Amino acid sequence: MNISNQEYGELAKRHSPPSSMYKTIPMAFVIGGGICTLGEALLNLYEYLGMGKTNAGALTSMTLIFLSALFTGLKLYDRLAQCGGAGTLVPITGFANAMVSPALDFKSEGFVLGLGAKMFSIAGPVIVYGISASVLYGIIYYIVILFMGGL
Amino acid sequence: MDTFMEYVWAFLVGGALCAVGQVLIDLTKLTPARILTTYVVAGVILGAVGLYEPLVDFAGGGATVPLTGFGYLLSKGVREAVLEHGLIGAFTGGFTSAAAGIAAAIFFGLIAALIFKSGSKINE
Amino acid sequence: MALCEGKTFKYSNASILSYASVVGKAESDGPFGDEFDEVIEDNKGGAQTWEQAEALFQQKALGHAMDKAALIPAKMDLVLAGDLLNQCTGSSYGLKDYYIPFLGIYGACSSFAEGLLLAGAMVNAGYVENAAAVTSSHYSSAERQFRFPLNYGGVRTPTAQWTATAAGAAIVSSVPKAPYIRAATIGKIQDMGIKDLNNMGAAMAGAAYDTISRHFRHMGTHPESYDLIITGDLGQVGSEMLYELFRRDGVSIEKWHKDCGLMIFDREKQDVHAGGSGCGCSASIMCAHFLKRVESGDLKRILFCATGALMSPTMVQQGGSIPGIAHAVEITSK
Repeated sequence: MNISNQEYGELAKRHSPPSSMYKTIPMAFVIGGGICTLGEALLNLYEYLGMGKTNAGALTSMTLIFLSALFTGLKLYDRLAQCGGAGTLVPITGFANAMVSPALDFKSEGFVLGLGAKMFSIAGPVIVYGISASVLYGIIYYIVILFMGGL
Repeated sequence: MDTFMEYVWAFLVGGALCAVGQVLIDLTKLTPARILTTYVVAGVILGAVGLYEPLVDFAGGGATVPLTGFGYLLSKGVREAVLEHGLIGAFTGGFTSAAAGIAAAIFFGLIAALIFKSGSKINE
Repeated sequence: MALCEGKTFKYSNASILSYASVVGKAESDGPFGDEFDEVIEDNKGGAQTWEQAEALFQQKALGHAMDKAALIPAKMDLVLAGDLLNQCTGSSYGLKDYYIPFLGIYGACSSFAEGLLLAGAMVNAGYVENAAAVTSSHYSSAERQFRFPLNYGGVRTPTAQWTATAAGAAIVSSVPKAPYIRAATIGKIQDMGIKDLNNMGAAMAGAAYDTISRHFRHMGTHPESYDLIITGDLGQVGSEMLYELFRRDGVSIEKWHKDCGLMIFDREKQDVHAGGSGCGCSASIMCAHFLKRVESGDLKRILFCATGALMSPTMVQQGGSIPGIAHAVEITSK
């Protein structure tokens, strides 16, 4: 080839259209904001029904996760994600979609090594690094209160 | 704070957190799994240094629904468990506080996978 | 180091006896919707899984091609087939019940040209009488293997391409009739250092440029010598890059160029970003449209250059780049 990889890379860059950020960012904002507003409404509803703050929060997450599982099963969540982008990815519903969709898809490879194992193929790292970060924080926090006599 | 403004702030803060995620996707080509992971770890750190709590008080669902809120929940659970149980709490606190979310995702995921068929409707 | 120039094979005795294509719903909604031999509306056709569905597409494509030539499996000497799945699942499972001598081939999305040029060579050499080239791709099985689960809300970038749900089959024989296979140039692996999984067109454009320009040199031809120069699935990004690579040599091919990836879907109405892709994309468009036009004499001489991204998800995760390849087959009406 009469062109270096570096030159070729620049050529590729020049011809690759960037994402239309003027469209993607407002859409992510609106759809993501909408899901959060729904969360706020559920939170208020459950508190109004007499639940404590912690339980109302947990039930809100569970409801959103349930809705996400339902929409994923109805093949609607991936459609919403086509316009929503990060607006459907970042909320807890995106986490649920990341668990439900591989479970659904890999059911054909069996209930144990298909559905069961693949459920964590995308969401697994979230739990691995989220929990690890929290354990690390817990240890640091323990040492701090040990030496500083409680906070 | 009146209820209407509560919803406005939930919308604006939640929307802004998602918009930041979109900027990351468009500019850095980070894969979705990396974005999710980054958000949760960021939530743990922001919760640990005490910056996330005021946001939760202010924006409610706008701060708890995005995955940073999940990270915040982990850090909060760990802190409370360490105060109550000592070092063992560093290991039990995270999962305890996130139990409802994780169990719901696993259980509803299983049910959905049993009921529905896979497939995409995009372009059909 | 002197670069290997390779050879262009010339054929004197290889014709495409019959050809057929089978596509899914989205492809039938595209601009060539009414030219395919069969449309499987639910993309599954009664199969249990997407992989089985892809195998079914290949089985049906070869079945239609044999029917059109009034051939039965017992009269076939060889089938060369490939697809995108691990172990060429679509080919080996789709064609097993025909009991025809089988060679599995892999050239990613360039496989149809690879099959065609090998079938032509076997026929031309007199080793076999009837040899088929079959390839397929399926959006759902490819997505599962290479990207994300189908129902996952992953975001596609503008340079991403949409894997076509399609299969094409062509039977090559020595019976003299249009379309004739006249010449072929085997591509070299070209690694241009592209690492973006969602930009296959960029990874393949260099290979297409290399193969087409070598074919021109060996045949003493120019873009004007052909009615059309048809690439497989460069898509929008790859096609524009191909033009610019030729422009550097002072050659303009835009006027003669068509890309199957840009033709199979309606890019205005269907959400396919940079265009279609997959082994079945160029195979189905060739078998549904271009070979027909060569047979009727509407097109006299075409150069079909199918392009493939020899992408390994493992290597990409390890930080590796995506090598490309392209094979060219010259097809004429006389």
